[in-house]
Amino acid sequence: MIGVLSSGERRAARSNARPRSRFRITSPRIMAARVSAYGVLALIAVFFIAPLLWLVLSAFEPAASVGSAAPLVLSFSNFAKVLNWTTTYKPLINSAILSGTTAVITVVASLFAAYPLSRYQMRFRKPFLYTIVFSTGLPITAILVPVYSMFARFNLVDNMSAVILFMTATSLPFGIWLMKGFMDGVPLELEQAAWVDGATWLGSLRRIVAPLMLPGIMVITIFTFVSQWGNFFVPFILLESQSKFPASVSIYTFFSQVWAWSTTGSWRRSRFCTRCLR
Amino acid sequence: MAPALGIMGLFFAGPIIWSVYIAFTNKALTGVGAQHPKWVGFANFTHMFQDPLFVHSLVLTAIFVIGSAIIGQNTLGFLIALLERGKNSFVTRALNTFIIAAWVMPEIVAGFCWYAFLYQGGTLDTFLQHFGLSQDWLYTTPMLAIIIANIWRGTAFSMLVYSAGLSDVPAELLEAAKVDGASQISLLRRVIIPLLRRSIVTNLMLITLQTLASFTLIFVLTAGGPGEASQTTPLYIYQQALQLYDISYGTAMCIVLLLIGALFSVVYIKLIRVEEVG
Repeated sequence: MIGVLSSGERRAARSNARPRSRFRITSPRIMAARVSAYGVLALIAVFFIAPLLWLVLSAFEPAASVGSAAPLVLSFSNFAKVLNWTTTYKPLINSAILSGTTAVITVVASLFAAYPLSRYQMRFRKPFLYTIVFSTGLPITAILVPVYSMFARFNLVDNMSAVILFMTATSLPFGIWLMKGFMDGVPLELEQAAWVDGATWLGSLRRIVAPLMLPGIMVITIFTFVSQWGNFFVPFILLESQSKFPASVSIYTFFSQVWAWSTTGSWRRSRFCTRCLR
Repeated sequence: MAPALGIMGLFFAGPIIWSVYIAFTNKALTGVGAQHPKWVGFANFTHMFQDPLFVHSLVLTAIFVIGSAIIGQNTLGFLIALLERGKNSFVTRALNTFIIAAWVMPEIVAGFCWYAFLYQGGTLDTFLQHFGLSQDWLYTTPMLAIIIANIWRGTAFSMLVYSAGLSDVPAELLEAAKVDGASQISLLRRVIIPLLRRSIVTNLMLITLQTLASFTLIFVLTAGGPGEASQTTPLYIYQQALQLYDISYGTAMCIVLLLIGALFSVVYIKLIRVEEVG
């Protein structure tokens, strides 16, 4: 529009007949812009949908390959092969135990940790909060090697409770940080009223604060659960026996058994050497 | 606060302190170092920077972070957020569902999803065979494969950050700039980007931290191969520490990775204003 009109015309268009003429003059250009925007969005959509679509399609494909060929035949034979106790159900139960327990402990522990941070004036409050935010940013992958050697030293490798505690430790910083934020939103006056009526801090936390921040607690529970449900690296390193693997690891072991990882290759730390360390 | 502090102290701070000790010894999972670890001073660290494979892995990690996070996820997320402004809400909601689905699915599933898409005989290969371009994309272009897979997986986060940021840009400012004759490009460069500076820097910090420690996706897709062609630092650490059993060397590299992460984490804390911490 700017290129087509002279500056005088532009000024006139702007001041006088703006609502009507502007629409008429600019509409082809706006149309072109909108069409190209939708075009780009469509390309992005293809990029995001294609791999997902093929994941679904190849799950129903009868031929035993990961890729999906053109003639599509719907078949549930793959599901029938996989849906059994050792390949699917047991790992799913393990996943639920690992991530569920982690979520519960994280929520309870961060509730107790966030309470003084939100309610009391303490000298170490600010440094503590900075440490919490700092540790949410640390790459967990980078501490797994020392964690593994520590677990091996104290005979904790392949111990589900220890793995749960480690997962809890890594989800706590973010949990405490979120929990403190939600708790700051609960008015102190409500709690003071409870204190006047003779409630202890534990009573007011349980009967006043926790119920009022239930949505926040649910957010932290779900967030912790989902992120640990998808956690592959931690159980992969710290657990050893097939019967304890969560679903994320058993998918991997299933593939590496079925699959010939010819060119790219895959390795799994042998169990022999864990023993020499002990 | 005691339970949270106890868990984090034992399973989070503990390993980090332990790792500092281990890194200065010759502890290994086999051989002499397994039974009687000796103090070796900075030997692990001097070895590290003379180790061409480690330097190579750092370069690959930098390429991976810059390619997939800073250029890929960041730009694509911004582009999507920008294009979706004022578009049909049904279209954008449908697109967002797929983008977010790619983000929330467990990393291992995302990995296999792309594996099925890219390997020799996979979907893309089958499609390209019609044009005589058959090849194993994971073998010929391993870095590109993991970068694209990671863009696919992580763009949702940047997109959510930027659409939240864009919705806070006041419409009057954009109107005023348009009335002054600003083109789309200068509108973006002079108004929108300066207003979003805080979200941009925060987003860059967070996605860099996440991508830096990325293990699962690369492990599933290429396992660092072929050879060392896509062996980023986390994979090299895994190989050295848990497959070649050189725990102390792996731990020393972990500390370097942790320090790089800590550096970004400190910048991130500086960005979170003191008032937010409380």
